Amino acid sequence: MAVTAAACRLARSASRATGSRGFHASAAAAEWRASKIEGSFGGLQDADRIFTNLYGDGDWRLKDALKRGDWDGTKDMLWLGPEGIIDDMKKSGLRGRGGAGFPSGLKWSFMPKKTDGRPNFLVVNADESEPGTCKDREIMRKDPHKLVEGCLVAGFAMRARAAYIYIRGEFFNEANILEEAIDEAYQAGFLGRNACGSGYDFDVYLHRGAGAYICGEETGLLESLEGKQGKPRLKPPFPANKGLYGCPTTVTNVETVAVAPTILRRGPEWFAGMGRENNRGTKLFCISGHVNNPITVEEEMSIPLRELIEKHAGGVRGGWDNLQAIIPGGSSVPLLPKNICDDILTDFDALREVKSGLGTAAITVFDKSVDVIGAIRRLSHFYAHESCGQCTPCREGTHWMETILNRMEVGDADEEEIPMLEEISRQIEGHTICALGDAAAWPVQGLIRHYQHVIEDRIRRKGDWESEKHQYFQKSWSGEEFANHAWVQEVQARQ
Amino acid sequence: MIAARAFAAAVPRAVASALPSFAPSAAAAAASSVRSISMTPRSLSDDLSPLGHDHADQSNTEDHAFDFTDANYRVVERVLGKYPAMYKKSAIIPLLDLAQRQCGNFLPLAAMQKVARLLNVSDIEVYEVATFYTMFNRKRVGKFFIQLCGTTPCMVNGSEDIKAAIEEELGIHSGETTPDGMFTLLEVECLGACVNAPMIQVNDDFFECLTPETTRDLLRHCREKGSLPPLTKWGSKPLNGQDSCEGPLGKTSLATPPPVPKRRTLEAKVDPRTVKDTMMY
Repeated sequence: MAVTAAACRLARSASRATGSRGFHASAAAAEWRASKIEGSFGGLQDADRIFTNLYGDGDWRLKDALKRGDWDGTKDMLWLGPEGIIDDMKKSGLRGRGGAGFPSGLKWSFMPKKTDGRPNFLVVNADESEPGTCKDREIMRKDPHKLVEGCLVAGFAMRARAAYIYIRGEFFNEANILEEAIDEAYQAGFLGRNACGSGYDFDVYLHRGAGAYICGEETGLLESLEGKQGKPRLKPPFPANKGLYGCPTTVTNVETVAVAPTILRRGPEWFAGMGRENNRGTKLFCISGHVNNPITVEEEMSIPLRELIEKHAGGVRGGWDNLQAIIPGGSSVPLLPKNICDDILTDFDALREVKSGLGTAAITVFDKSVDVIGAIRRLSHFYAHESCGQCTPCREGTHWMETILNRMEVGDADEEEIPMLEEISRQIEGHTICALGDAAAWPVQGLIRHYQHVIEDRIRRKGDWESEKHQYFQKSWSGEEFANHAWVQEVQARQ
Repeated sequence: MIAARAFAAAVPRAVASALPSFAPSAAAAAASSVRSISMTPRSLSDDLSPLGHDHADQSNTEDHAFDFTDANYRVVERVLGKYPAMYKKSAIIPLLDLAQRQCGNFLPLAAMQKVARLLNVSDIEVYEVATFYTMFNRKRVGKFFIQLCGTTPCMVNGSEDIKAAIEEELGIHSGETTPDGMFTLLEVECLGACVNAPMIQVNDDFFECLTPETTRDLLRHCREKGSLPPLTKWGSKPLNGQDSCEGPLGKTSLATPPPVPKRRTLEAKVDPRTVKDTMMY
């Protein structure tokens, strides 16, 4: 139920307090940290960025990727051995970048170390469909070799025979670039037999999906990769035991795999020197919605949300006081009203303390012109549309929630229905095979938690509410007028 | 998913809003002894049939032949090479996609059956896949298939305005095709370019950062030239002048390429060959 403002403040001050302690004590990290104000995060230097071609200043092809340091010493990394790589990943504190935030080193270590005749597989989840999220797309079209190299390193750490990259079908041009990058890597001898001269054989295959959000769920993705409907499987057995083609499999996000080689090259201490304890490293943030400069940017974990938006996204349209709410981690996490956003840190633990989550770090900003009920109603439609139909609570419940929200949006409801809506969401949450049910329930719960007064007010003013007038409350293209001609001309001339 | 879309289309708003009605009104009080039941409307079997809704389409029956071209058979070989020989079924999605491209963005029944033959699976296994995924068009679409993203990040940036502009310019609504067969409009769910919202996908290409004016210009360009405008190097086209994801005010970092970081010395511990041997690869 609703969190009181006092509890929120308490949680936030607690998260602040832990922010200033607990860094790894390596010399490099200490030096880096000394250049910053104690306990502050953000202000990532260019020298510490992993995705240095994020804005397309260079080419994606192998020649430029080599210049950026990719495929440098990959063979030596493999000589660390699977345990060595996994130890370093654990030391780096990397948590999965796909949404759940599971510690990556630990996940990779679940793979069997002796074969019973079945090969191990790595499956890379590039089915980026979470509303608000567009980070993996930038990796695949600007820095595909980071991902391909990551496949080899992560695949070897899992003792995998091959990697399948499952890319969403709509990313056709991105898939073409990635496919070509894989071919380049084969031609250069980085993949295939004796990959990078290490003596290990490894293949990478690209598989295009065909448009289904549910295939971003790991077992749904495996079903889809096997040529079936993307309906998630019951767990256990977990994929690390029985995954793709019944063989041990680990499914990881593109960003997690793509950062692994850089972490190994620069050392886990370097990565662990950024962000708060338990939330280490850098992260790609996609800031969309009502900001002046919607942008995808790499920043340090635990950067204050407000600083992130004002520094990189040009601030909220109409100023910070014009902010209404923020969805901090893709559509599946509950939205946060302005009073929480004022001083929250952007990392897994801080956002979980305020009953939201970092998810995929896709930040969608709503200014005061947005009708929050309408915004969440549209998300409910998304989940109703994308439910695979396997589990009754999700198949039916998502439609119920959409139907009720459709009416609440115009005030055509009863106040008693607000707890009913909450109850439906609670009946979906945790009662389905996969997390889509939870993901559908959380935005609605967030709406009720923080904006119940708006729903009640709408119901009371039912007659006054002119839905037609408010239907087009959003203005196209929320950002500022385009003002970057010189750079675009320069970079396009180079291309 | 298909059933979900049919639900939205099949239930008029008035009926939908009446379904789980808990409002205490005089009529409801009178009928309070009868418990109102909310149910999802029955999906018509047509929605799940591989033929889609279009029974009038006489060119799409079992009797019509489909075969891949020689060039596409080479692609088929390459696709099949990606999967273990005993799991050829994995190739259903790539081959259906290939067939759809060969048929002009349309997946006829005969093509589904051909894919089933090629992969040695039953027809129904292919139909299941073709009906589950939204990218398979079992109904003919126009030469320019416009998929408009309407999910919240695009919606708050004005996708409704974009939709209105397209509807006005082309005189069609979501799910319809212009009489000349040039354009089909469909409102879809998040296409994964949220930083560059609002956006549409026309055939394979993303057009981003739209305003109603630039959208109309784009449609007129398509109609007059019969082709799409060229994309940027990154396989998309933000129509406000951006290059990709750097924002209309420009990037805030990476002004100059940073130096390549020094690599730490890595200690050789395990010969990768031994791993290969234990795993019997």
